[in-house]
Amino acid sequence: MNKRRPYVRSMDGWWRKNPFFVEYMIHEGTALFVAAYAAILLTGLVRLAQGEAAWNHWLTALKNPWYIGFHVLALIAIGYHTYTWFKIMPRTMPPVVVGGKRLSAGAITGGGLAVAAAASLALLALVWGMAR
Amino acid sequence: MKRERKRSNAPIFWALFGAGGMLSALLGPMLVFITGIAVPLGLLLPADTMSYPKMLAFAQNWIGKGFIFAIIALFLWHAAHRLFHSLHDVGIHAGTGAKLICYGLAMLATILAAYALLAVGF
Repeated sequence: MNKRRPYVRSMDGWWRKNPFFVEYMIHEGTALFVAAYAAILLTGLVRLAQGEAAWNHWLTALKNPWYIGFHVLALIAIGYHTYTWFKIMPRTMPPVVVGGKRLSAGAITGGGLAVAAAASLALLALVWGMAR
Repeated sequence: MKRERKRSNAPIFWALFGAGGMLSALLGPMLVFITGIAVPLGLLLPADTMSYPKMLAFAQNWIGKGFIFAIIALFLWHAAHRLFHSLHDVGIHAGTGAKLICYGLAMLATILAAYALLAVGF
């Protein structure tokens, strides 16, 4: 039996007390949506390998309002992931020196977001071009 | 002077996390919009964009296979790494067991994706 009961400060809800950590938990939490979306795609891939009936069943399931609702939430969450990914990037990548001056954080974030926008439009155009 | 040094495996997981994070940041939102919203609701894109013959042809093509594999595997390695490192933040001890579950699931999904892509044919 242990009679010592040292005081241990509770850490419950530590991140809710500081807006900085609330934002941190939200941007880390976007990984849940990335994982769930990848799991949906993996299911679709397995269904595709199983044949036409299985694939069409999966495709019909995506029209379910619950799936549509999930994808709307996933679009918001992963869009937020895109924003935070490039917002944090100036601190996660090695310093880039252009013309003897260090590239500013704003330029890295802005450049990253511009590349993401261009890549998204290119993907949409590519899919549209392949589908018609 | 030769000395055996135990090398960390962290850079591998970090690289997969980074690659998946970059890929999902660049293409994630548009992919979700295309496969989860536009096609099911019949918005913007042709109705047969994801029809069986089209998706089969895409998955049988080497470029298509590579794209599908990279998206599914890297998204999951990214999420597995991020969720593993968030366990401590929500008060769960992130030990070897948790590491095995997080990275193990990503590994299983990667193998399953590779298997399905081979089963789809060429």
